[in-house]
Amino acid sequence: MGQTLAEKVWDAHVVRSAPGEPDLLYIDLHLIHEVTSPQAFDGLRAAGRPVRRPDLTLATEDHNVPTIDIDKPIADPVSRAQVEALRANAAEFGVPIYSLGSSEQGIVHVVGPQLGLTQPGMTIVCGDSHTSTHGAFGALAFGIGTSEVEHVLATQTLPLKPFKTMAITVEGALPEGVTAKDLILAVIARIGTGGGQGYVLEYRGEAIRALSMEARMTICNMSIEAGARAGMIAPDETTFAYIEGRERAPEGALWAEAVSYWRSLTTDDDAQFDAEVIIDATELTPFVTWGTNPGQGVPLSATVPAPEDFADPSDQAAARKALEYMGLEAGTPMRDVAVDTVFLGSCTNGRIEDLRAAADILRGHRVADGVRMLVVPGSVRVRLAAMAEGLDRVFVDAGAEWREAGCSMCLGMNPDTLAPRERSASTSNRNFEGRQGPGGRTHLVSPQVAAATAVRGTLSSPADLV
Amino acid sequence: MDSFTVHTGTAVPLRASNIDTDQIIPAKYLKRITRHGYEDALFAAWRSDPDFVLNDPARAGATILVAGPDFGTGSSREHAVWALQDYGFSVVISARFADIFRGNSGKGGLLTAVVDQSVIDELWAATEADPTTEITVDLEARSVTMGELVAPFEIDDYVRWRLLEGLDDVGITLQSADLVADFERARPAFSPRTA
Repeated sequence: MGQTLAEKVWDAHVVRSAPGEPDLLYIDLHLIHEVTSPQAFDGLRAAGRPVRRPDLTLATEDHNVPTIDIDKPIADPVSRAQVEALRANAAEFGVPIYSLGSSEQGIVHVVGPQLGLTQPGMTIVCGDSHTSTHGAFGALAFGIGTSEVEHVLATQTLPLKPFKTMAITVEGALPEGVTAKDLILAVIARIGTGGGQGYVLEYRGEAIRALSMEARMTICNMSIEAGARAGMIAPDETTFAYIEGRERAPEGALWAEAVSYWRSLTTDDDAQFDAEVIIDATELTPFVTWGTNPGQGVPLSATVPAPEDFADPSDQAAARKALEYMGLEAGTPMRDVAVDTVFLGSCTNGRIEDLRAAADILRGHRVADGVRMLVVPGSVRVRLAAMAEGLDRVFVDAGAEWREAGCSMCLGMNPDTLAPRERSASTSNRNFEGRQGPGGRTHLVSPQVAAATAVRGTLSSPADLV
Repeated sequence: MDSFTVHTGTAVPLRASNIDTDQIIPAKYLKRITRHGYEDALFAAWRSDPDFVLNDPARAGATILVAGPDFGTGSSREHAVWALQDYGFSVVISARFADIFRGNSGKGGLLTAVVDQSVIDELWAATEADPTTEITVDLEARSVTMGELVAPFEIDDYVRWRLLEGLDDVGITLQSADLVADFERARPAFSPRTA
């Protein structure tokens, strides 16, 4: 019987396998950031262990960093201490680091791909659940905890039980104006926040093949919101074209050798998935969340659901709690929901294509009175590329704030937060209670919906602007 | 890591599903660089509500958390495990855990016992009615016992063995250092490096 893509990548990394024990898997790339690594380095120090492969490890500063006044010391002393701990640990253990102020700094999941470090067939880990982003290249990439960060630093391996595999087959073409973000929000609403538990999701089908690398990253990024360990998309010409010529990509004969191997990284025709979900792309429309987990989403054209709309009693209870937290009435059209803040950025939607899409909609419009729009590029490179195209002028002219790179308002760890009861349309990945600041209310949206919402002040699609 | 065999304690019934790690410990507490001292951060947003079950004086000293399904979804923060342990919990019982949270729990010595939701319902009812109700979790026997109720729980064999022995993963893996070195020598030449 044939193998799935995930199984092929897994098998190519097994260092040791024994009955009744997890496989010991070799890790090709370990990305680290300031939040989940300090205790791991402490563990190494306590045991007198070095980092086994600093040359397969890369650190960047993203979660804590401010997105204004980055030439000044970080104001919050606790955040500053954490960033300084990363710098000290990187220096002590010889790990390359892109610090705040470096032209390569940015969100860890934007940095890896843009350098060409993220390549098909690799195993990639990071102490961050959105490591699934890198699966867009056909890599097996997943988030780990701090104990595992220490384990990878010390051994460049991880003991793991094989994951199950699930095909998410997206048939047909996405309609005009429907994005990768809408697609993944619809997938999560369909299978639920626990639907992917224990699985690696492989996104396949016509609609997936037609997507750019940026869009594929958006989809794989949110696999974790369906509970999955990882998301993957088989590499193809789009993948190779994205990687070729980047700093860390192979060159010359090695490039040819690599591409030849990468072409073998597809699920065999006779391979069996443990589960399959089929999505009809042609039925999709812009999608937004109304509740406090990413599975609580509806088409933008729908209304806020009522708890009674759900069959399962625990879903009803969750809906009741979410509506109260979000301050929403069942039956309200989503398009009537007014926001205070629009956030464009994050490892989900902070890449150049996302900024272009939003800028295209904002051109010639103004951000509505009383609405604050933050535009936060995912990396310094994305920021500079956007400025070279004049996108920063489009945002500033429309009345948005043009910021430095970082995780920003995706999570409440840096100065960019919502105030209690403030409502946002956010291109990030989690609408959990308090995620963007205590008491803050988050609606997850695509960059296009974010831009249109900024202009109208209520949840909107670009079609509403004409 | 201390070994885990049998644990008996009182419980906190937490009637909610999909408790994500942002609820277990909000992001602002993740800025600390220490491994301990997160007891104040556990369920921090909910603890300002006097009616939150953890604030009930009758629950003081409880060591077992009985939660709804999909406990620990979201971020990979191991701080969620540390906060539960620092507060005093040794066991979390739920019908379903998020993968990364469960993995982190196994690394840190927090036992996550998976039982049927019907068992959770019984545990909730009994511990809500009487906060002094004791639950025994036996890792050797893989059972949850409360009075007459004896229910099996599910846990991975290897994780169970590690917890019973109190073993450290890094130490186990380093015994295979030669195999890792052999693997490294055979990696493709096109594999990228960060420096």
